Order: sequence, then structure tokens, then C-alpha cells
Amino acid sequence: MNINATLFGQMVTFALLVWFTMKYVWPPLLQALEERKKKIAEGLAAAEKGKHEMELAEKRATAALKEAKDQAAEIVNQAQKRANALVDESKEAAKIEGERILANARSEIDRELENAKEELRKQVSALAISAAEKILQREVDQKKHKEILAGLGKQLG
Amino acid sequence: MATEAHDAGGATGYIVHHLTPLSSGEGFWTLHVDTLFFSVFLGAVFLFFFRKAAEQATAGVPGPFQNFVEMIVEFVDTQVKDSFHGRNALIAPLALSIFAWVFLMNAMDLLPVDLLPDVGKAIGLEYLRVVPSTDLNATFGMSISVFFLIIFYSLKVKGPGHFAMEFLFHPFSHWALVPFNLLLNTVEYLAKPVSLGLRLFGNMYAGELIFILIALLPWWVQPALSFPWAVFHILIITLQAFIFMVLTIVYLSLAHESH
Repeated sequence: MNINATLFGQMVTFALLVWFTMKYVWPPLLQALEERKKKIAEGLAAAEKGKHEMELAEKRATAALKEAKDQAAEIVNQAQKRANALVDESKEAAKIEGERILANARSEIDRELENAKEELRKQVSALAISAAEKILQREVDQKKHKEILAGLGKQLG
Repeated sequence: MATEAHDAGGATGYIVHHLTPLSSGEGFWTLHVDTLFFSVFLGAVFLFFFRKAAEQATAGVPGPFQNFVEMIVEFVDTQVKDSFHGRNALIAPLALSIFAWVFLMNAMDLLPVDLLPDVGKAIGLEYLRVVPSTDLNATFGMSISVFFLIIFYSLKVKGPGHFAMEFLFHPFSHWALVPFNLLLNTVEYLAKPVSLGLRLFGNMYAGELIFILIALLPWWVQPALSFPWAVFHILIITLQAFIFMVLTIVYLSLAHESH
């Protein structure tokens, strides 16, 4: 168990081992590790980006859908309003037309009534005059009587 | 981990046999052939698999093997980035080499203690110690290399003047305390490789020794002891590899910083 020349042999072996490792083993391995690390990082970044983009697209799609829905609702709303307005309008028109017809009918009736009254008045006054003529045949002052009768007729009218 | 074979020499002989390295040469110039062979072999295994992964490495989807290698690389890289704040292309590969190599050397511990020695005996090897990190030469080979790197980067980053000043006037910046500072810093610097090397060696040596001791027990007791110990050792071998790596990073990080 003593130190001897084996020591030198071991040191040379060790030196060669380290030299070889340093020259041919360590650099390619570390380079590969480094490259893989980079690749993985890039892949992860790309995945993250893709995810982000998908989220954005989803948001956009949701927004578009919402807009379309709103628009549709608005259109339906407008149509309903328009329909209501149309119904109201036609109701109004019908009412006005009805009132007009009613008014026409009324004025016609009034005119007829007026005519009838006029006719009646004329007939009454004529009747009264003829009656008065018959009763007062002898009273000759026709002119004076006519005046009285005209006044009477006016009173009747 | 189980054997019933007790070599000549009884229990002591068995243990000594298992802890004797296959060596060639005399005196200081002895070479522990088994340590060298297994550490080179395990280093080659590490480089082969990691080089294969590095060649196939793309930014695409990784396969299971690719994933495994990248997991280790990322783990080491995180440790380096946590502790080391300078810019140095050497530190991370160094940390990875240490972690993987020490782990593999330690993992030899989990092979049955008699498996490879018996195979060795069959092909005519008298001794075979299969866990390189139970050899002080292997652990100190690494820790002394790390020590040289500490000195090198201290000189390079701080400059020789600043480094010398730090050695003489830190932690007590007074002329009278220069000898004391010198002593303190010398001990501090030497403690780094010594503690690095001895910690790993001690852990693995003790672990292996316990496996050997368990192997001396009657065969029907062995599984009950060696299995829990092996499971525990899975933790130890990983932990020791991790500690060696982290301390290396920390020491080199200190070498890059001025006090």
C-alpha cells in the first residue's frame, strides 16, 4: 500500500481522460443541450402565441355574433314598431273617414230638415193666408192684411 | 461477494491476498498493473459511451441512452455553475471526468470480491485487486493532478506576485506573522490533495475490506450481510464520486478568486 510509479501512470491516464472529455465529449453534448433548450423555448413561445391568437379570434367571433344578434333584434324591433304605426295609422284613417261620413250624413239630414221646415213654413203660411182670405173675404184692405200676414209668417218661421 | 474458498494462510492470508495488488517492478518503480489496467479500462468505457452520446447528440428528441448521458452532463454542469463563477472551459469537463471515472472505479466494489481474482487466477495472475480507488496511487493520482491545477490557476489568475503575497500575508496581514501565515497556508494547500485522496481511498478501502470480511463468514450468513452492505455501498460510491467532484470544483473556484 505504498505510493509508487503507478501514481504517474494514473496521473497521465487522468490527464488524457480529462483532455479527451474536454475536447470531444463535453462541447457537443452541451451544444446539443443548449440547442434543445432553445428549441423547446421557441416551441413553448409559439404555443403561447397560438393560444393567444386563438383567444383573440374567439373574442372577435363572440363580438361579431353579439353584433349580429343586436342587429337582428333591432330590425325586428323596428319592424314591429312600423307595423304598430301602420295599424295605428289605418285606425286613425278609418276613424277620420267614419267621422267624415257621419258629418256628411248629419249635414244632409240638417239640410233636409231645413228644406222640410221651409216647405212646411211656406205651406203653413199659404194655408194661413188662404184661411185668412176665406175668413176675411169681406175685409178688403188686402194690402194691410198682407203686411200683417207677412209679419205673422216671419214669426212662424 | 460470496465464496467459501479460504486460501492457505487462513483468514489473514485471504485478506492480505485480496488487498495485494498485481505489481511489476521493484521499489518505487513498481507498477500496480491491476490498478492501471482497470482505471484505463474504466476510463475507456466512460469515454466510449460518452463520446458515442456526444456524436449522436442533436437538439431533437433524445433516446433513453442519450437522455441518461445528458442527465449526468446536466447534473455536473449545474454543480459547476453553482460553485464556479469564473469562465473556464476546463472545469466542467474535468468535473464530469472525475465524477464518471471515480464512480466507475468505485462501482468495481460491487462485483463479488472473488469473481475477478478467481478469473485472474485461472489465467495465471497471482494477485488481482479490482477496485482501483482502493489504491492510494489512483486516488492521489487524481488529487495531485487537481492540486497542480489549483496551483496553476492560482498563479495564472492572481499572478505570481499576488499569489505570493496572499501566501505570506493571509489571513494575518502583519510582518511579524509571516512565518505563521506561511505555515498555515502551506498546511491549507497541502491538506487539499491529501484530504481529497485519502477520503476516497479510505472509504473505498474500508468498504472493500468489509466485503472481504463478509466473504470470510459461513456462506449462509453472507447474503444477509453483503446485500445490505452492497446496497449501502451504492450510496457510498456515488457519494464519494460526487464529493470528489464538488471539492475539485470548489478548490478550483477558490483558486480563481482573490481574497
